[in-house]
Amino acid sequence: MIDIDGITKRYGKATVVDRVNLQIPRGGVVSLIGANGAGKSTLLSMVGRLLEPCDGRITVDGHDVQATPGPELARRLSVLRQENHLPVRLAVGELVAFGRFPHSGGRLSTRDHDHIDRAIAHLDLGPMAHRRLDQLSGGQRQRAFIAMVLAQDTDYVLLDEPLNTLDMRHAAQTMDTIRRMADDLDKTVVVVLHDVNVAAHHSDRIVAMKHGRVVADGSPSEVVDRDVLRHVFDLDVPVSHTDAGPVAMHFGRACTSGDAPLASRTGEFR
Amino acid sequence: MLQLRDDLDRPVADRDADHGFSPRHAALVLAVLAALAVAAIAVFMTYDLRGSLAFALELRAKKVAGMALVGTALGVATVLFHTVSGNRILTPSLMGFDNLYLLIQTGAAFTFGTFAFLSVDVRLRFGLEVVVMMGFALALHRLFLGRARDDVVALLLVGVVLGGMFASLTDLVARLIDPNEYVTLQDQFFASFATVDEELLGVSALAVGAVLVYVWRRTARLDVLALGRDTAVGLGVDHTRTVDRVLMVVALLVSVATALVGPITFLGLLVSNLAYRLVGTFRHRWTLPSAALAGVVALIGAQFAIEEYFAFETRASIVISFIGGTYFIILLLREART
Repeated sequence: MIDIDGITKRYGKATVVDRVNLQIPRGGVVSLIGANGAGKSTLLSMVGRLLEPCDGRITVDGHDVQATPGPELARRLSVLRQENHLPVRLAVGELVAFGRFPHSGGRLSTRDHDHIDRAIAHLDLGPMAHRRLDQLSGGQRQRAFIAMVLAQDTDYVLLDEPLNTLDMRHAAQTMDTIRRMADDLDKTVVVVLHDVNVAAHHSDRIVAMKHGRVVADGSPSEVVDRDVLRHVFDLDVPVSHTDAGPVAMHFGRACTSGDAPLASRTGEFR
Repeated sequence: MLQLRDDLDRPVADRDADHGFSPRHAALVLAVLAALAVAAIAVFMTYDLRGSLAFALELRAKKVAGMALVGTALGVATVLFHTVSGNRILTPSLMGFDNLYLLIQTGAAFTFGTFAFLSVDVRLRFGLEVVVMMGFALALHRLFLGRARDDVVALLLVGVVLGGMFASLTDLVARLIDPNEYVTLQDQFFASFATVDEELLGVSALAVGAVLVYVWRRTARLDVLALGRDTAVGLGVDHTRTVDRVLMVVALLVSVATALVGPITFLGLLVSNLAYRLVGTFRHRWTLPSAALAGVVALIGAQFAIEEYFAFETRASIVISFIGGTYFIILLLREART
């Protein structure tokens, strides 16, 4: 279980994450949603110990994220930021092999190679395993990084906006992969997503943040709800209930200003 | 439609696709560089020997040892600095490392008196200077590398300012020292290869050797470090601590080089980029030895050219700075285009 206890991050006077308490038990896909600047990525980065919190404590299966030795934590928890610019040139296969570093310390065993091959196969990267990352499209590069995380073979996987810059098809493939990581490989995936509908369709649980705090937390059908979304995004979003679950109709919108929603107009969009 | 996926995935420039790195090619490059280094040493030791053979050989052996040490130190230091700073244009000397070394020496001479300063055992003096240099490296990490990591221009600016400031301060202190004393001190700074101090050479060789062993055992971790901070942390590397240690190693190597021959601004930049290009990988088990060997070849080659063709009228460091500086401008222009 990931246990986030009173986590706070401040930059000067601005509080980006404000005393967040959150428990994420093992299993399933948990989505973090919220407006830009709500603190989702900052929170995820602190869980992934890419950022140091100003206050509070995060444990992963009882191991304090700040105090546990790097390699030990890296065998339990992997993290992927949204912009994955590499300062060096390397091939897809090489990148995926780096996912084994916490286990191998750089000397790959047969078992490591098995993991690498499986991760490459899992993300359909076989034909381009020898290609250099800088010669691939954004979607392929994203898949290579996910394969690296997969090869790292951790119980917990944190992904920060993995759909960023992906087109519809690659986004769908990536979400399928994330789903399979949870269903077939028994991993717990925490993912920051922009699109409420993608989150609703692919997650078991949605956590919504606003102004650095968790303001809604529940199943997709609980969170993708007109009143909840209005509170989270300050936007009146009609929700349509389809066979595939709730769908937020966020096109054709009407901004609410504080407590005076323009509710009367939304009827037009039904 | 979905069956067409692989066709759609293929990039336009498939023909030009580089199929990654070949260890065989890198090993060949390393072997050639090693052969060149041995050849350079052999030629330098034996050409045009006159007079007392034993005396000439001993003199040249000392020179060659100094050059080999400096070439290795600067090559390795620059590759390491590139790895922790995440770019291949900045070098320790561009960040003001060697100017600081001169400032420390001048400052110490001014404070304690030149002759008192010079009478201290060279090994002790060197040790203390290295400690100050390491402190600077750590401060640099805390103050600038941590914050402006992705901003090469900002870092370059910081380097120019620091380097310029250290140089001006050195000038200022130098003016305060008695001119006669300063001449003595200056000889010490720009020891050139002809007058390498034997004791300093010994202690430097030991220090560089120890540091190389330390670095060589950590090449896998350095490779991870080269992937950038976030990826490295995600893979379990304690980034802050590792970068601190690498920067202390860099400080030591630059101190050795500057103590032995004075600043050679662009040598590291030249040989490290040459090494990356030749071995075709960023893996440290290949880039470190090739940069070190390229450094040895470049230094001995330049020194040889100067003694043979320029009749000692210029210094090897000037030739290297000229070539390296030109290359630096080319690198900057290429960077600006991408």
